[in-house]
Amino acid sequence: MTLLSVTDLSVRFSDALAVDGLSLQIESGEALGLVGESGSGKTQTALALMGLSPSNAIVTGSVRIDGNEIIDVDESAIRPLRAVRVGMVFQDPADALNPCLRIGDQLARILISHGLADAAAARRSAIEALARVGLPDPERQSRAWPHQLSGGMRQRAMIAAALIAKPDLLIADEPTTALDVTVQAQILALLDDIREDTALLLITHDMGVVAGHCQRMIVLDGGKPVEEGPVEAVYSAPEHPRTQALLAATRLKAAPPPLTDSVPALQAEQTTVAYGRRNRLEAVKSADLVVNIGETVAIVGESGCGKSTLAAALTGLVVPEAGRVVFMGQPLAADITDRPAAVRKGMQLIFQDPAGSLNPQMRVRDIVAEPLRVHAPGLSTTERRASVSAALADMGLDEQLEDRFPHELSGGQAQRVAIARALVLEPQVMVCDEAVAALDGTVRERILDALQAVQKKTGLSIVFISHDLGVVRAISHRVAVMYLGSFVEVGETSALFDAPRHPYTKALLDAVPIADPAAERPMVILGGEVPSPLSPPAGCAFHPRCAYAVDRCRSEEPEQRDVGGRQVACHRSEELEL
Amino acid sequence: MRLLAGINRTVVVSGGILLAVTLASMVLPWLSPNDFATQDLDQRLAEPAARAMHWFGTDNVGRDLLVRSMQGIRVTLLVAIVASLVSLVIGVAWGAVAGYVGGRVDAFMMRAVDGLYAVPFLFFVILLMVVFDNSFLLIFVAIGAINWLDMARIVRGQTLSLREREFVKAARLMGVSTSGIILRHIAPNLLGVVIVYLTLTIPQAILVESFLSFLGLGVQEPSTSLGSLVDDGMQYVGTASWLILFPAALLAIILMCFNFLGDGLRDQLDVRQQE
Amino acid sequence: MAQYVLRRLLAAIPTLFVVIAVAFMLIRFTPGGPFDEERVVPPDVERALIEAYNLDDPLVVQFFDYLGGLVRGDLGPSFRFEGRVGDLIVAALPYSLTIGLLAMLLALSVGIAVGSWAAIRKNSLLDRVVMAFAMTGISIPIFVIAPLLVLVFAVRLGWLPAAWSSSGGTAWLVLPVLALALPQIAYIARMTRASMIDVLASGYIRTARAQGLTTAEILRYHALKPAMLPVLSYLGPAIAAILTGSIVIETIFAIPGLGQLFVSGADARDYTLVLGVVAFYATLVMALNLVVDILYGFLDPRIRYR
Repeated sequence: MTLLSVTDLSVRFSDALAVDGLSLQIESGEALGLVGESGSGKTQTALALMGLSPSNAIVTGSVRIDGNEIIDVDESAIRPLRAVRVGMVFQDPADALNPCLRIGDQLARILISHGLADAAAARRSAIEALARVGLPDPERQSRAWPHQLSGGMRQRAMIAAALIAKPDLLIADEPTTALDVTVQAQILALLDDIREDTALLLITHDMGVVAGHCQRMIVLDGGKPVEEGPVEAVYSAPEHPRTQALLAATRLKAAPPPLTDSVPALQAEQTTVAYGRRNRLEAVKSADLVVNIGETVAIVGESGCGKSTLAAALTGLVVPEAGRVVFMGQPLAADITDRPAAVRKGMQLIFQDPAGSLNPQMRVRDIVAEPLRVHAPGLSTTERRASVSAALADMGLDEQLEDRFPHELSGGQAQRVAIARALVLEPQVMVCDEAVAALDGTVRERILDALQAVQKKTGLSIVFISHDLGVVRAISHRVAVMYLGSFVEVGETSALFDAPRHPYTKALLDAVPIADPAAERPMVILGGEVPSPLSPPAGCAFHPRCAYAVDRCRSEEPEQRDVGGRQVACHRSEELEL
Repeated sequence: MRLLAGINRTVVVSGGILLAVTLASMVLPWLSPNDFATQDLDQRLAEPAARAMHWFGTDNVGRDLLVRSMQGIRVTLLVAIVASLVSLVIGVAWGAVAGYVGGRVDAFMMRAVDGLYAVPFLFFVILLMVVFDNSFLLIFVAIGAINWLDMARIVRGQTLSLREREFVKAARLMGVSTSGIILRHIAPNLLGVVIVYLTLTIPQAILVESFLSFLGLGVQEPSTSLGSLVDDGMQYVGTASWLILFPAALLAIILMCFNFLGDGLRDQLDVRQQE
Repeated sequence: MAQYVLRRLLAAIPTLFVVIAVAFMLIRFTPGGPFDEERVVPPDVERALIEAYNLDDPLVVQFFDYLGGLVRGDLGPSFRFEGRVGDLIVAALPYSLTIGLLAMLLALSVGIAVGSWAAIRKNSLLDRVVMAFAMTGISIPIFVIAPLLVLVFAVRLGWLPAAWSSSGGTAWLVLPVLALALPQIAYIARMTRASMIDVLASGYIRTARAQGLTTAEILRYHALKPAMLPVLSYLGPAIAAILTGSIVIETIFAIPGLGQLFVSGADARDYTLVLGVVAFYATLVMALNLVVDILYGFLDPRIRYR
């Protein structure tokens, strides 16, 4: 049976065509993937399918849900179809739940509104729905406020809300983009589970997500469908350049070979960062890290594991409670203001949000020139301009951009300006804190290529903090895996990716979506979520989620040991076959 | 010219009217044959007429209302602008220090602001006015002292969030000095908000001034303000309604223009920040 | 929760103490005591009066005498009027309370309704007209609105009384309440509109639409509560504005309420009366602010009483 039938759908705004001639059909029980980069019209498509397009959009074509046309009909005709025939899950669960209403009430209201249940029955159904999506203690969680749940739990609640009225089709718009890779794997598994009763339209930018979870797919580019077909066929022989580019962005690249000579550029020794007095929170616990000259070391882990805090401690933005930072063989003052000019010149930090890291009141030229004014005040105006242009050119930016203000730049351009500002001082070390996380695949690649080129030229050392293991593998020589403030495994990239020695590393790697429909997928998915660092578990911090935990793990904290050339903090790393 | 290019119509129109009213209040008394203090008992309560140049009519002792209204505008604007500047200085200093220093200093300074919010200040101003016999200077200080609380809160919030913004961290990292950060990174980004709230503080100050004048506690005879004129006109509301209508209308127009100006500037700022 | 209320109450005591202390000192530095004006009092009579009111004691002693009385609920005798200050306030309070409460209720109900309605029809002609009226409303001082209302409804049309009269009835309430409420209606309508527009554009409203809720349900269950948060935080300033506004209104409409009592007390240099009214107002404003803060916690679960 055809659940959803779209013919020649277009969504037009005054200045642009967001969706251009899209046609698709979804049969019952089917899973269709809709893939494209940001700005390709994915979200506008999703909204149009539910009759939710913004009021200034002109929607043409035909959308039929179970044979009922919803384009150009009155809202009251669409309303009974929503939730009952088609449920919807949005990208950001923090934004999609009402902060002023209890979870259970928000779910129950859907049934009451559609006249499917009275208040008491609706409450019971809400608890059942929460139980079905794997929310622990659904009775209690139904009385919780949204801010009391973690991101992953909120997204589960959103899925429960979308399914509570038992629709035939679920539209999920980037349902896992705001989540950690491990939680993403859990949510995708949940979407697989519910497929017995419900068809799925999965909208995403990530070819890896589509590969394991959909049968057919459509690739959107600039609002136009450019390629369509069974997932296996599209992956094995992508025809359109956009599809090829999207696939290339997810293909794992070979890691760069390890460096032959190792001269430390930056070291963190037994660094501990703690916050709070009464509710003491150890964000980073006795961390040791070495970054050699010309080397890229990646720090990976789930959000909240302490990787950004460590970056701040390395650069002196936060003062560690214990331990020290050594730069080019020279121990450093903890606070940035006490560090000598040569150190401040030699170590730079790149932030995640490109827009936030540029002063909105300054032009690109002045932004990039500012570090020169501080560290090389003797330069003439022409010399300074030449350096600025050279740094921008290194990042592939035109001279024309120099007159612009930050709000006149795209996200990718802004991030390249931020990197150029760091590079203009020719630093020895650069710390990148999720520096490419906010950018689309193709833009990301170009920036990483430029960074690697600079590294080859100048011997720059890079600390690369990221949650994206694909990117990490492509550019880093070594990888350090962090869990709840401690390093659990540190080793050379390809060896660590091929044969992880810590169960957490293994779990992280397994959670990465594989952009190959034929690939075998791991059966075990890391369950649960990161415990609160306010009350870390006793013994090994990872033991509550670890499939291999034994009594010793619950009581005794593992030391970091050298296991086959790798630093591993696990009691069982020698005996385990991961 | 880049500055004017993106400015919205509300700002241009309300700003233009304010400019025109200010100019008129300076030029008209000079052009008119009448004087704001000279009484003409033969011309008491004359209706508005072109005759003898009494366009707005005369008051109960025969003074020309047009000239008195223009005088009132000047006093009202002067009091409001000076008072707003007082509140600006106190508010920005208080808020910026609290926001930039942070920690316990911030907690203490903001606790004080919270405490002061609960105090019915206008009663104190009335008390002050009574105690110090309606000193003109006191009006500035009193109004400024009331209005600085909002400014302090806004500036503190902005400073606090700016201090945590990544471009400020980046500047610290690359070794820009504290004064350089405040001058080049914090202040320029604070300026827009401060200008907007200054624009919105002025009508508040006008309201307080005219309120005090209306209670007979503000500007003293023969000088006048729009509030005093409305107070005077109140007695003749049934018999010589022009005495209240003209000053009241001028007061409302000025207040409205400042409010529109502030609103327009805020929209402008919001749009810039969103881009 | 109870702990929070208790702590807030305890925190209010020093503020109140400072308010009363400052008011006390100010009024005592007033040039011209209560018995200086108009009549010439024979020296022995003056001495008797000063003794009766303990004006010879050191200021600090007088202040603590006064505080002691305050704690017992005794605001002392009025210097210039018959009776004790407490009794004068109690007699005046019902008038001020009636017009204040009615004005607040009117402002909230009309302001919220008009603001929400304008937000739903954002950028329509009606929205623009309503908002232009609101802008006018916040720009016209209360002492301009009141005489204009009198001019139109009492003088020209003769529909309503222009002032309070002891003969009773309720018609006299209409104009003062309206004049007091109009600027607040305008403020609240503008605020409600702005926050309602923000809320209606938020993700969870889109979710609610995707769940097939009707517009009425979305407004009632999803939008109203979050949209009321800024309005609620404006209630404190609104209460203060209505209190000060009532001074003008009671003067214009000759209502024997607290505002008029305060003005005549200040005029007559009646130490104890002015002090009493300021202390009363300060307590009232602080208590109402506390109530508003607690209400805020009920509406916004993200706020926890710490």
